[in-house]
Amino acid sequence: MSQSREGWVIKVPLLEVHNLVKYFPLRKGLLGRIVGYVKAVDGVSFSISENETFSLVGESGSGKTTIARCVLGLLKPTSGRIVFMGKDIFKLSKEEIRWYRRNVQAVFQNPFLSLNPRMKVEDIVAEPLKVHYKDMSKEEIRRRVYDLLEKVGLTADLAKRSPYDLSGGQAQRVAIARAVILKPKLIVLDEPTSALDVSVQAQILNLLVDLKNELKLSYLMISHDLSVVRYISDWVAVMYLGKIVELAPAEELFEKPLHPYTQALLSSVPEPDPRAMRAKKRIVLRGEPPSAVNPPAGCRLHPRCPYASEECKKEEPKLVEYERGHWVACHLYTHK
Amino acid sequence: MALEDFKIILSLIKQNPVSLTGLVIVAGFIVVGVLAPYILPYPEDAWGEVYHLEKRFLPPSLEHPFGTDDMGRDVFSRVLLGARFSLIIAVGVVGLALLIGVPMGLIAGYLGGRVGTILMRITDMFLAFPPLLLAIALAATLGRGLVNTIIALAISWWPWYARLVYVQVNSIKSLPYVDAAKIIGLSPLAIMFKHVLPNALTPVTVQAALDMGSAILEAAGLSFLGVGVKPPTPEWGLLVTEGWSSINVAWWISLFPGLAILVTVLGFNLLADALREASDPRLRRILLISGRV
Repeated sequence: MSQSREGWVIKVPLLEVHNLVKYFPLRKGLLGRIVGYVKAVDGVSFSISENETFSLVGESGSGKTTIARCVLGLLKPTSGRIVFMGKDIFKLSKEEIRWYRRNVQAVFQNPFLSLNPRMKVEDIVAEPLKVHYKDMSKEEIRRRVYDLLEKVGLTADLAKRSPYDLSGGQAQRVAIARAVILKPKLIVLDEPTSALDVSVQAQILNLLVDLKNELKLSYLMISHDLSVVRYISDWVAVMYLGKIVELAPAEELFEKPLHPYTQALLSSVPEPDPRAMRAKKRIVLRGEPPSAVNPPAGCRLHPRCPYASEECKKEEPKLVEYERGHWVACHLYTHK
Repeated sequence: MALEDFKIILSLIKQNPVSLTGLVIVAGFIVVGVLAPYILPYPEDAWGEVYHLEKRFLPPSLEHPFGTDDMGRDVFSRVLLGARFSLIIAVGVVGLALLIGVPMGLIAGYLGGRVGTILMRITDMFLAFPPLLLAIALAATLGRGLVNTIIALAISWWPWYARLVYVQVNSIKSLPYVDAAKIIGLSPLAIMFKHVLPNALTPVTVQAALDMGSAILEAAGLSFLGVGVKPPTPEWGLLVTEGWSSINVAWWISLFPGLAILVTVLGFNLLADALREASDPRLRRILLISGRV
């Protein structure tokens, strides 16, 4: 769903994630006996519509990157389904896998690690075309690559360079060019700006917004940087220890956070105005996030939550729609 | 390696007199090795087919710069032709070992799991023997001869490349650019050869250059021990052995082939050092920025 001028309209979901679970076995000893599981993702559902940005936020270890890797088909989930344009992505035929690869691309955190240092910029950007359009002429590939490089704000003289000769911002533009050259429908952005200088971050974000509008892209954004998320997202899901604790349209979430964890996260964002910063109510969680091997029973936040009650220790709160489009998993809101 | 890499390596070598010495030695060795049959002062002496009993044990002179041996043959000619055999051995051993070791390490490292474990345990079996001992045993079993020497050395050598590539591939395969290649839709084979292997080869190139020297040294060792190349082939190790018995009366017979081995191995080692420096992409970037290339 998405809010438009005409009110609420139902959009066809592009990507649906149903009850996704990913456990990593913990092995020990010579024989690799399984002694436990890291419950990286533990029952996560959401959907992304066309031309929409959906963000997953949370601390490191909350499972957001695992979800991204499952969506990209790099990891096979323990259970649950990921459906893209009506098709389960883990039950695709060979031809359908190629179709999925054309339509779902990614931009990673560190461009110097996500670009092959032995390849030239133009070859990196051309590679997806060469894989998917074997009949395309060299001139056509070259034309498309150079057009795109210009579009993402790179000059043609950089095309013959190696990624190591570029700045961080330039290299990330190359990675973005590689991700959009096939005109995909969905791009997974895994912390696309957090390895960059602050001055460059804004340029990259603006580029991503421009490309989204021009190419009708959808983004699945993974981030822990709340100001970035607020700027770019239509929807935001907050994750804690492998579960979504709150899901809402971006503005709504930032204006009216419901879950104590979201409130704590937001209250930790620095304000540019010192007076506003002082006036801000700080919600501080006790202690450190527990390990995902043995998450606490009941609500996973209860050992750290200032509002925790007896109920929170015993019963796990379900993700419920508290207000229209605003979902929260917390006992404070289950008994209205 | 691309043309650009060569330019960078060359410019680096030019800046460093030690590396330059290495390059000059190796280049000289290769030129002599290729041209040897055409520049020999005494071709029949070099191939060892003739005797000149009247010219035995002549000390170095203008006519015979390295003297003559116990059969009156010109040592200089024999050392020159020896370069050719050493070149064949160096290229043969390292080439063959790379041909077995690199794919082994690449497949084991990239696939991992059970296949990887089995391949690497096989590798470990070979690594369990000291390489020279294994080579001696193999050479003794296969019999003397140039080709058998190359085979024996290559068999004792490839596991080191397999290990080296395996370790490299293991760390490279989890890098984001390999994930990116998967996401683009590249096949595993294309990923292995286009994205993983080129980035895993840097230490292998350096090791291979170093090993060219070691292969010459070990082949000489095998010949010296009597399990290598057959006489009267003028292989350097064999030349050293031949002079061994008469070292008290004619030091030059063993000294000059020995020096040839020393200088060539040194040259390869110096060159390998230069390659190691030049193949670091970070260093490349520094060079580009500072405008030294």
